[in-house]
Amino acid sequence: MLSPLLLLPLLAILILNLPFRSLMQKLAVWVGVGLSLWQIVAVVLLAMGHKSADPWGKFFTLGLSCDNLTLVLLTSIGIVVLTTILVGWQTIGGDKQRFGFMNLVFVAMIGMNGTVMLTDLFSLYIFIEVTAVASFILIAFQRDTNALEGAFKYIILSATATVMMLLSISIILLVVGDTSFAAAGSAVRQFQGNPLVILAVGIFMCGLLIKGGVVPFHGWLPAAYSAAPAAASVLLAGIATKTSGIYALIRLTTSVFANNESLNNILLLAGAISILVGAFAAIGQSDFKKMLAYSSISQVGYIILALGCGTNLAIIGAIFHLFNHSIFKSLLFVNSAAVETQSGTTDMNKLGGLGTKMPVTNATSMIAFLSTAGVPPLAGFWSKLIIVVALWQNGLHAYATIAVLASVLTLAYLLLMQRKVFFGKLADGLANVKEAGWGITSAATILAAITVSVGILFPWMFNSVLIPISSFLK
Amino acid sequence: MTINIILNIILGVTLVLAAAWTVMTARLLRSVIGLAITSVILTIIMFRLNSPLAAVFELSVCAGLISAIFISCISLTQRLTDEQAAEKQKERFSKFWLLPVILVLAGVALYQLPITLDFHLPAAPTETDVRNIIWNLRHLDLVGQIVILLAGAFGVVALFKD
Repeated sequence: MLSPLLLLPLLAILILNLPFRSLMQKLAVWVGVGLSLWQIVAVVLLAMGHKSADPWGKFFTLGLSCDNLTLVLLTSIGIVVLTTILVGWQTIGGDKQRFGFMNLVFVAMIGMNGTVMLTDLFSLYIFIEVTAVASFILIAFQRDTNALEGAFKYIILSATATVMMLLSISIILLVVGDTSFAAAGSAVRQFQGNPLVILAVGIFMCGLLIKGGVVPFHGWLPAAYSAAPAAASVLLAGIATKTSGIYALIRLTTSVFANNESLNNILLLAGAISILVGAFAAIGQSDFKKMLAYSSISQVGYIILALGCGTNLAIIGAIFHLFNHSIFKSLLFVNSAAVETQSGTTDMNKLGGLGTKMPVTNATSMIAFLSTAGVPPLAGFWSKLIIVVALWQNGLHAYATIAVLASVLTLAYLLLMQRKVFFGKLADGLANVKEAGWGITSAATILAAITVSVGILFPWMFNSVLIPISSFLK
Repeated sequence: MTINIILNIILGVTLVLAAAWTVMTARLLRSVIGLAITSVILTIIMFRLNSPLAAVFELSVCAGLISAIFISCISLTQRLTDEQAAEKQKERFSKFWLLPVILVLAGVALYQLPITLDFHLPAAPTETDVRNIIWNLRHLDLVGQIVILLAGAFGVVALFKD
């Protein structure tokens, strides 16, 4: 069941790029929708304990593994890829362009699926790079100055992160002679006080923090998110950077790098600074997508903060917030895609009064921003609550207070965004604006429905879904 | 000071100088030559560190294949005039002359740190045949590398075809 999640998208790419190009160009979108839906169904079957023989087992030994954390990430990837394809269908003009975009989304899908299923540091590096290469090209896809600048910033910082990770892997290989998570984990525990091992853990962490866009390594993120085409922004902000940076950080912190106080203190500090810097920077933005990018930095801070807390409850909160963030941030970027496509701008000073013209976008945007700000009973409220409770229980009162107060800041800047874009008097030149097409509105509706459902079903989910997630923690 | 240490220092310094030349020079062709020289020095270092397979890959892929690809791409670009090249070179040196100095100082500082290398290393991996490692033991990495190549091809089509 696991290897098809990696090999089917690869097979799809190969088949779609065979002859009968014009037919294949039309089929690509449907193949993408089918693949992402199949991934969601496969995750449900895996979660229910369904096991089937691996059809590729005779030819490949991929060494993939799946626990509850993997299932959460595979679900998020399936959902976000589905919505990216729906938005791309609507916003990327021309069969050829759309076909190129879909191919890159499939490549990113393989990279992300591989990243969450593998159990080896070197393979992790390779699949993070697969996602990164697809991301560079997706950011530069429009080929204008902003897009190339955003892609260039990402390439430079990502290459720095790559060097750091490779150096760390080579040190671990020197120490243990193996790069599997299990062997690396035992070596890190055995040589915990050694400066070289501390250096290896430190630079790997820095590499992942760069990939995840955590302050002070966030320089590339606003430029990349805002310059990318609307559909690519959904993929990047929703899941791509979360998988290569934040998921990998959660996995390595819990399974490989020994849980120690200095590491946790660094994560707590980085998380708190990210929350505040992201929130304050978001307030000052006039561009819709840049505001969402800074908001993303702030929300990722909550995940890092919970990771630094280190208790089982905090890790559950981090994973739950990672899932929620991938959904509500994707939704906000889908809404920005709707506004950009229909009005031709993301400058909030030129927007206003779109609520009556775009009722679906307006309603789903409200759901997304209320969830982001942690307003009950939406999904974002519960994950933030778990994180704050975990911090408080662990005696980290100052960090818990920062987490709560930053939610008020989040509410402030997102309310400002909602007011500037959707409420008030209709801005000049927007009289003919209509609701976005069915691709964008259906993507927004799916994501909004998930945000509301997860929030309402939380009391049931806490015991039956969230507590079992922690089973992967040793 | 033994001859080995002197040789290591010479190789290290030449590697830094070649790498610095690669990024400082204004002409793309000279930059590629600098990259190839860097790769050749790295190859010698790898041979000396008893990693002949890594050295052969470095020499054939980085110094050979990648340089050939770069040169074929550069042949499609327009050459800078001597004045433009001199201007760019001057600008680059004035901006980045401190970088190699920082690099060397960082190296000296790292050398001074009390880093111990007294690990109890486990038994060496039993598999030393690189063909077996690539084709039989690391299928997942092979899939990843194929996908990266595909991504590169899609990138060229998406960004440069028109």
